[in-house]
Amino acid sequence: MLAYLVKRLFQAIAVMFVISVIGFAIQDNLGDPLRELVGQSVSEEVRQQLRDELGLNDSFAKQYLRFLGNALQGDLGTSYFFKEPALDVILKKLPATLELVLGATIIIVGLSVPLGVYTAIKPNSIISRIIMGLSIIGISIPVFLTAILMIFVFSVELGWLPSFGRGDVVHVWGYWDTNFATLDGWEHILLPSIALASIMLPLFVRLIRAEMMEVLESEYVKYAKAKGIHPGRIYFVHALKNTLLPVITVGGVQIGTMVAYTILTETVFQWPGMGFMFLEAINRVDTPLVVAYLIVVGFIFVVTNTIVDLIYGLVNPTVNLARMGA
Amino acid sequence: MSLLSVSDLTVKFAMRDQTVTALHDISFDLAKGERLGIVGESGAGKSITGFSLMNLLSKPGYIDSGKILFEGQDIAGMNDAQMRGIRGNKMAMIFQDPMVTLNPVLTIGQQMVETLQAHRKLSRDEAEQIAIVKLREVYIPSPEERLNQYPHELSGGMRQRIIIAMALLLNPQLIIADEPTTALDVTIQADIMELLLELCQSNKVGLILITHDLGVVSQMTERTLVMYAGRIVEAGRTREIINDPQHPYTQGLINALPQQTLPGHRLKQIPGNMPSLTSIPVGCPFSPRCSYAVDHCRTTRPEPISYGTVRVACHEVNRLHNDTPDQEKQA
Ligand SMILES: Nc1ncnc2c1ncn2[C@@H]1O[C@H](COP(=O)(O)OP(=O)(O)OP(=O)(O)O)[C@@H](O)[C@H]1O
Ligand SMILES: [Mg+2]
Repeated sequence: MLAYLVKRLFQAIAVMFVISVIGFAIQDNLGDPLRELVGQSVSEEVRQQLRDELGLNDSFAKQYLRFLGNALQGDLGTSYFFKEPALDVILKKLPATLELVLGATIIIVGLSVPLGVYTAIKPNSIISRIIMGLSIIGISIPVFLTAILMIFVFSVELGWLPSFGRGDVVHVWGYWDTNFATLDGWEHILLPSIALASIMLPLFVRLIRAEMMEVLESEYVKYAKAKGIHPGRIYFVHALKNTLLPVITVGGVQIGTMVAYTILTETVFQWPGMGFMFLEAINRVDTPLVVAYLIVVGFIFVVTNTIVDLIYGLVNPTVNLARMGA
Repeated sequence: MSLLSVSDLTVKFAMRDQTVTALHDISFDLAKGERLGIVGESGAGKSITGFSLMNLLSKPGYIDSGKILFEGQDIAGMNDAQMRGIRGNKMAMIFQDPMVTLNPVLTIGQQMVETLQAHRKLSRDEAEQIAIVKLREVYIPSPEERLNQYPHELSGGMRQRIIIAMALLLNPQLIIADEPTTALDVTIQADIMELLLELCQSNKVGLILITHDLGVVSQMTERTLVMYAGRIVEAGRTREIINDPQHPYTQGLINALPQQTLPGHRLKQIPGNMPSLTSIPVGCPFSPRCSYAVDHCRTTRPEPISYGTVRVACHEVNRLHNDTPDQEKQA
């Protein structure tokens, strides 16, 4: 178990190293820190001097190592626009984004399992056909269109749900304000969560259905029938457990990807999260903030993948974590 | 009264463009505690027969007509809920490949306990105690520990022993074993067969053993059905069928046994292949491969007739029987 953890940790570090190199390369090539610092009116001589002082004329490797050293101490540069450490800016926005992802995840997990199982067990029923048809539509409509349609229907026409912002949030701890403590907060997070879930949910339904149908054809399911086991137990114990194993792996990766999808959703719903912030930072050529965002998202991605692998190892008896490290 | 009485069982597959018949008018009886072998080449319909007896045909397959009387009740007409009371309880099945038969994510204990609990009101502890007793009967070392193990932690031979133990959990009247050793290492095949025979005899359980190996059938069973292209071509006491086969197909199978071939000689395989379900010849289905076939065989389908103590479906059985000794002298 420990060996496996150490191995996973090294993989994670390797991935983070690659992300940091890419991040630094962007920093190095995009925008000119001097322009942000001194504006246009300074002579070329003074500029060169400043460059030397800032170490901008050092070799790529030397500059990267400095960048890395700072990053390891939690210093991802200072936002040009906010005049604050970039990491702080992001951490303030992070809870809003994570809550949005959580909301979407709850919707996806809560609906995809029953829908996927139902459509696998009754592939020819009318309801299954409707679900599968809707899932195709869901996959093919882009998130921002779903979001705008929902705003039009539920906010503008019906006036049931708010269309922008987080509404009433309750302070929990540190930078973390939560939507889940007030009714107003729930109302505000509902539409963005659905919009964010709208692509993944149909994918998950189809994935679970396909896996489940394959499992239902397996020898061990036929054997369970031959033992006189009740269909309910065959579906939900014999088949579902084997179905969810591959789904966990794919699903975990997708939930990591969802953090990136929040850019669109947050923009449409004016959700004050880091996706919205990222788009603004690009518009303002706030390079340190852009790079810090990439690194934080990369970090979240690596962490979720590692956790997913660990969960997979724990629920799959054929994966021996203790031995996998060897 | 016999334990199992199958009459005129016909099984079809509803394919997209046509319906094909996989089993034609299969009839046989099995007495309580009797052991019956079903032999034939690949595609003969042996497995389909086995699954029909469990009313467990998978999708496009269905029982078209005929009766399967098990303890006097017609299985062919039962719904799933009624069948559940019989499957695993009065009639158990042993599948071919133990590597894929057990559920990989459930422990041996869970899979044994659920079987018992599906048919009896038992607590988990009580069920585990029964499971341990049965595991001991199939010579599984330290059965208590096995209960907590997952299938992948056990060898193929061990798994098949466990599956045999599972088949015996509820003291069934009949075990259907479909090529139970084909997927196993050759060195342990005989052990598993011996174990199965021993347990069937000591528990007075009926056995239907499906195999393509006549050698196994002769050691394990009292009666034999020889199947070809979805039909029974010869049926009778195993000893007589092995020693004095009547149907040219049975003779071909026996001649192809390695024991029948002198060292250094090639195995005498029956020429040609089993026809697929969509291309079964008119007349005798075996006629294209049969060296005794005459015109009549190619046009009219032979019905099973009694010949001595066996039943055989061959037009030329009289002529053939007189010829056989000469044939053997020539060979
Ligand atoms: N699901 C299916 N759909 C269509 N045809 C099938 C199906 N399952 C089996 N068959 C056909 O039914 C015939 C009998 O199959 P069966 O599995 O009973 O053969 P078998 O005697 O058990 O052969 P083997 O020794 O290879 O196991 C074969 O021709 C096979 O192709
Ligand atoms: Mg078979």
